[in-house]
Amino acid sequence: MADTTTRAKLRWGLIDVIVVVFALVPVLWIASLSFKTPATLTDGKFWPREWTLDNYKSIFDTDQFVRALVNSIGIALIATLIAVVLGAMAAYAISRLDFPGKRLLVGVSLLIAMFPQVSLVSPLFEIERQLGLFDTWPGLILPYITFALPLAIYTLSAFFKQIPWDLEKAAKMDGATQAQAFRRVIAPLAAPGLFTTAILVFIFCWNDFLFAITLTSTERARTVPVALSFFTGESQFEDPTGAICAAAVVITIPIILFVLFFQRRIVSGLTSGAVKG
Amino acid sequence: MADIVLDKVSKSFPDGTVAVQDVDLEIADGEFVILVGPSGCGKSTTLNMIAGLEDISSGELRIGGQRVNDKAPRDRDIAMVFQSYALYPNMTVRENMAFPLRLAKLDKATIDQKVDEAAKVLELTPLLDRKPANLSGGQRQRVAMGRAIVRQPKAFLMDEPLSNLDAKLRVQMRTVVSRLQKKLGTTTVYVTHDQTEAMTLGDRVVIMRGGAIQQVGPPQELYDHPRNLFVAGFIGSPSMNFLHAAVEDGKLRTALGDVPIGDRIRRELEGADAPRELILGIRPEHFEDAELIDDEARARGMEFTAPADIVESMGSDKYVYFTVEGQRASAAELEELAADAGADFSGGGGNLVTRLSAESPVQEGEDRRVWFNLEKIHLFDPSSGRNLTLHEGRSAGTLGD
Repeated sequence: MADTTTRAKLRWGLIDVIVVVFALVPVLWIASLSFKTPATLTDGKFWPREWTLDNYKSIFDTDQFVRALVNSIGIALIATLIAVVLGAMAAYAISRLDFPGKRLLVGVSLLIAMFPQVSLVSPLFEIERQLGLFDTWPGLILPYITFALPLAIYTLSAFFKQIPWDLEKAAKMDGATQAQAFRRVIAPLAAPGLFTTAILVFIFCWNDFLFAITLTSTERARTVPVALSFFTGESQFEDPTGAICAAAVVITIPIILFVLFFQRRIVSGLTSGAVKG
Repeated sequence: MADIVLDKVSKSFPDGTVAVQDVDLEIADGEFVILVGPSGCGKSTTLNMIAGLEDISSGELRIGGQRVNDKAPRDRDIAMVFQSYALYPNMTVRENMAFPLRLAKLDKATIDQKVDEAAKVLELTPLLDRKPANLSGGQRQRVAMGRAIVRQPKAFLMDEPLSNLDAKLRVQMRTVVSRLQKKLGTTTVYVTHDQTEAMTLGDRVVIMRGGAIQQVGPPQELYDHPRNLFVAGFIGSPSMNFLHAAVEDGKLRTALGDVPIGDRIRRELEGADAPRELILGIRPEHFEDAELIDDEARARGMEFTAPADIVESMGSDKYVYFTVEGQRASAAELEELAADAGADFSGGGGNLVTRLSAESPVQEGEDRRVWFNLEKIHLFDPSSGRNLTLHEGRSAGTLGD
């Protein structure tokens, strides 16, 4: 018995290692490239022979990247905030109330999530140009919210369903209004769900390339993934690979910070002890 | 503190199902009333309507003389203990109990004092800084009670508060609840599906079935004088024996022999639409080993002989199961009770449960002569379920005149 558990542990450990290596090697490769000098860029060594920070200096020297970073952070944060707030309200209604059109609402939001985004790019481009939203922050925030909402609603309604309804009834009996019950009892318990959803939505907005490249044309609203594709060297003979890699490393940092910051709040088993069992 | 009056209160749902129908109930100030019945009988819905968690479709609900139909739960000043306890997991025991007081905007000193008081009554003082996740089932239950009593509401509502506890703890908590209610003297409505809890706790018991009240009264009265077949079968453990009885030549032909009937019952049965088939009900303790009966008692009863299947010695007395021949007693109520108990009902033609004295020398497998008390027999109309032996609220057996 003990023998099999050790072997099972070893087997699982091995599988875990393979998965982690598989996922991390490209990331580390990019990080390694970002520290290499142009001369050693193509030497095929995993560990840089000559370390340099020139690539990082160069991307922050140009206004292009910094401006895009500001756009990215601003657009992603605003879109996340709005999507999570709207999604929370919709999810709360879906998980708690029986209202006419509930199935339709769920169905439509699923439909939006499944709709191929690439087919919407041209119409959106035309619409936004007509409305004057093209190449503005709202011009990206709006489609992001649209496509993030189904995700938010689905994740959040799953979380809300886990919260025992009795808690809300108990709060009402204890003298709370509907708003107080939501704020003081339900919301703290749904916090892990809110943070999880926020992370997912933020990553979706942060990583988007399709909308960002179609619906922007200048530095006014261009986000980092798009700005990266516009990177060129100092001269046409210079290879921008190092700079692109440095920028790629830089734009993963906010995501890592975001996840680490919220992960501490995602405490599993937060609702244990509320009801029996 | 206040009285609670339900005046023709009904609850129907949009899809047309009626959960509660015309419930009339007056609960006096300080009274402990139990709503009991099988699942789906409308007892919890009734409680939720009193709480304000469920809208009242028609009728009027008055608490302390005031119509509260349209008042939100928070404006009714009543506290509720939930079956699931519904403790706020993100708060400590102290915060849980202080929650209603904080919402009522009391100052901190008063809150602390009230919470400490309630904690002392329920012996929760050492647990005040723990989270619900770190409490045992019994402790959680006590915290839920504490949260209810801490603000001294007009009434307590309890929705099966003990059903998640194990059997031993449940018995213990039963006395805690009972003592607490007496001490505080607060009007209490308590919902349970457990007839033992109903019998032991309440001043009065309300038996519900299919959204309607079947009978209201003190536990002993329901036990001795059930108004209908449903009440008779629901109250008592082991439950009442039901046998098929045919009316023939002024007698009742049953599996236990021909049972004589008194003048009053005879008059009832002489009516044109009177049933020719009845259900005879008799409780297990109204049987006795014929050997142990004195002559005076013998005159009040009848005897029969049957093989003893199983003997369960409880120490204080013996439960003996007999097989008797004869037709099965059948009625809608009996089937419903059987379904609720989760088993096929062993009515007539099957087993007869008797509770005999511990001194009875009865052995499994032997034929035994058994006496039963004719004064304690109930007769029911199988179609309406009405207790025919009940006269002016009292049951006097088949011989009553």
